Amino acid sequence: MTSNNNEFDDLADLKSALASATPRPDPGARAAHLRLAQENFEKVYPASQGSADPSRLMSERPRGGVWQGVKEMLNTITTKGGLTVTTALVACGFLFLSPQGQELWRANAPVVNNLGPVADPVILPTPEADNAPLLNQTAEQESPVVALPETGGRALTDTLTETPREQAPLGETAGAEMSDSEIAAPPMPAAVAPTNQALTRMTAPMDGAQGYAQEFDGMVIGGIVAPGSMTDDSFIAPLPDTEAFANADDNPLKITAEAPVSTFSIDVDTAAYAVVRQSLNAGFLPNPEAVRVEEMINYFPYAYPAPEADGAPLLPTVSLFETPWNPNTQLLHIALQGEMPALADRPPLNLVFLIDTSGSMADANKLPLLKQSFRLMLDQLRPEDQVAIVEYAGFAGLVLQATAASERQTILNALQSLGAGGSTNGQGGLEQAYAVAESMAADGEVGRVILATDGDFNVGATGTDTLTDYIADKRDTGVYLSVLGFGRGNLDDATMQALAQNGNGTAAYIDTLNEAQKVLVDQLTGALFPIAGDVKVQIEFNPATVAEYRLIGYETRALNREDFNNDAVDAGELGAGHSVTAIYEITPVGSPAQRADPLRYGEAVAASESTDELGFLKLRWKEPGADESQLMTTPITVNTTVAGTEAQFAAAIAGFGQLLRGQDLYLGDWSYAEAIALANANRGEDDFGYRNEAVQLMRLAQSLTD
Amino acid sequence: MRPITTMRMTVSDEDLALAAANGDGQAFGSLLARHYDRLFALCYRLTGQRAEAEDLTQDICAALPAKLASYRRQSRVTTWLYRVAVNAAHDRRRRRATYMTASDGWGDWELARQDVAAQDRAQLDWLTAAMTRLNDDLRDTLALVLDDVTHAEAAEILGVSEGTISWRISEAKKRLRAIRTEEEAI
Repeated sequence: MTSNNNEFDDLADLKSALASATPRPDPGARAAHLRLAQENFEKVYPASQGSADPSRLMSERPRGGVWQGVKEMLNTITTKGGLTVTTALVACGFLFLSPQGQELWRANAPVVNNLGPVADPVILPTPEADNAPLLNQTAEQESPVVALPETGGRALTDTLTETPREQAPLGETAGAEMSDSEIAAPPMPAAVAPTNQALTRMTAPMDGAQGYAQEFDGMVIGGIVAPGSMTDDSFIAPLPDTEAFANADDNPLKITAEAPVSTFSIDVDTAAYAVVRQSLNAGFLPNPEAVRVEEMINYFPYAYPAPEADGAPLLPTVSLFETPWNPNTQLLHIALQGEMPALADRPPLNLVFLIDTSGSMADANKLPLLKQSFRLMLDQLRPEDQVAIVEYAGFAGLVLQATAASERQTILNALQSLGAGGSTNGQGGLEQAYAVAESMAADGEVGRVILATDGDFNVGATGTDTLTDYIADKRDTGVYLSVLGFGRGNLDDATMQALAQNGNGTAAYIDTLNEAQKVLVDQLTGALFPIAGDVKVQIEFNPATVAEYRLIGYETRALNREDFNNDAVDAGELGAGHSVTAIYEITPVGSPAQRADPLRYGEAVAASESTDELGFLKLRWKEPGADESQLMTTPITVNTTVAGTEAQFAAAIAGFGQLLRGQDLYLGDWSYAEAIALANANRGEDDFGYRNEAVQLMRLAQSLTD
Repeated sequence: MRPITTMRMTVSDEDLALAAANGDGQAFGSLLARHYDRLFALCYRLTGQRAEAEDLTQDICAALPAKLASYRRQSRVTTWLYRVAVNAAHDRRRRRATYMTASDGWGDWELARQDVAAQDRAQLDWLTAAMTRLNDDLRDTLALVLDDVTHAEAAEILGVSEGTISWRISEAKKRLRAIRTEEEAI
């Protein structure tokens, strides 16, 4: 039968076979699907149905509004084409907004060609509806309007030209008859910049959809954003933010008699604090989901006692003092200080910068800030260190071969050449970065991939799970992954967390050059040289002395009790000179603060021999690169200690974080005022001004809460 | 002078998508209605089975409102929509835990064929053989390219390089040629 299928060169046979074989959609199914889509749309955008409260956004909103804009446009656009466009928009508004108009296009919409069973609803039966047959011709002519400036010069014209049924985007095809209107057309779409930082920030604290509905309240006309708002340069519609944050419900109060053991992995990330700061500085309270209390506490350097040179690489310090927000409970403050190895003989570093250059990175606080940040970091490297740069957008590409850090200019030039554009293929980038890192590896050197992104992993491979599995595999080959987050709006904090946790690295969020200085310069050594891996903490509380306890923060780091001894279970890394703080709020037996009544039929707590012990602290860690963990144990006595400046400050931050998370249940009347007083009194040395800044943030939060 | 009223104005896909992403339900409805047929056709080509195509289209329609937030002005709506469709097709295949589904679809062609009585039986046999001979990647690529998507856009949609698309097309041609050779040998 294939006698007429002699040539496959242009796939024409397959194409015609497919075209004739492809069935028409079933009208019933089509209607049902469209209805389903509309229903879901209303679930996703509930605010679109009603008028939302436009508070807070008002100040940022340009004066003028729709009619002002329309007037301006009519005043400024006087060409025939301009009038044509505006008239048409009014006509569209009529068609979509008024019941009569809707009736018109529902009932009479002309069938433009015989290929589609349902006429395109946007074809307007104007009084000249008898011109409808012209549509096929104009569709094929594919007007120059398609290549309007807003398309950024991408090749658009070549895809829609072949078949008449492609005529759908009619606005693009009308140009044959209204070519003189091109002059008027460009300003309309061009004014819609993809993002606008100020507006994005402003809308971030509320439900995204709702925020945008507010922005567009009264401006959206039947799918056409009224041209008036478009001509107003100061009004730029933001895209919905797609931020996702990793967090779990607050750790619940545990009753010692029922669950005496608490196990968690350390967390040395600091991203949450920077996100909180960025939100507060932008004038709104952070999303409670974004607040991870332990990351806020661990953001600050603390002057904890350092381990001795020849002992274990980390030293726990335990203190017990009265809870600032509840006189009847106590805070158990556990500090782990990592040793600071001699920097002079650190091993050479092999760094692979994996830089997201997708279109969303173009904002000033993303790629440009990233370039500046890496310049800062470059000065910290030594001549024997090596740097490579891989960028990824739609495709991954090696920008800079492994280059000695001494060739500073080469590296800077490569950095400077990066430009944002295209989609995001995170997986492709990661694969290439790991391949480069492995090619650079040598004995005794430290390899690390540093991923800099705004968090959008939306093309390529798939879900976070696949990606994290891949990273976990690579981690076992000795290449770790650190993640630097930039910008807000589509920061995918959840993915960043998952990547860094699985890559044995840290996740930091860089919102300012100051933060870059902290992460990439002041604390670079700690970030890049782990001194202890898979650090796990387990505490067994003594039911004879502790009635209830609650771990503050570490929600995303909880471990199963049995996994403490399982060396195969991954946990956090401790960097050189880093410290980690964990705080429990405990309720002593007999305290009036006890929340749960003892069980009537439960077994009476066996009076333990050691009523002077509060609990038993166990730590496990691995030497870098080792497979077997080491154990350190120490009993915790019931004697309260005088809380030092460091512990008090950590407690203030713990309270601050809980206030931001809205944990009123445990905090009672304790508020920002008390948090400020406590933090202010315990600022300590504060060489870099971090604690001072924290107090400022508390004041900001207080002013936003009142 | 040409009368103003000959103009037939409408809104570009991109503007509709942005309005929809900002909560405009009507814009969303118009946009989807505009593209439903093409979407269905693509789903059909990706799956090779009417029922599968309908289910896939339904999946996409159901998920599309939530996906609107991922639409970026830089992309054409069709490119974005096709990417959503291709990803949804991949998800669906994965959920079925077998990559055979799509081939099965094309293998089930006989059933579908009976719905299309007027079609040339021989032509369909050939098409069935051709599509089943191609693996998922090649079939996805063909489904797009034969839908008049450019290589560059297909590359963006599938998240591979343009070179890969060209390679896949030439590979597909090679296999089709092999099928023809076999048939002629019979």
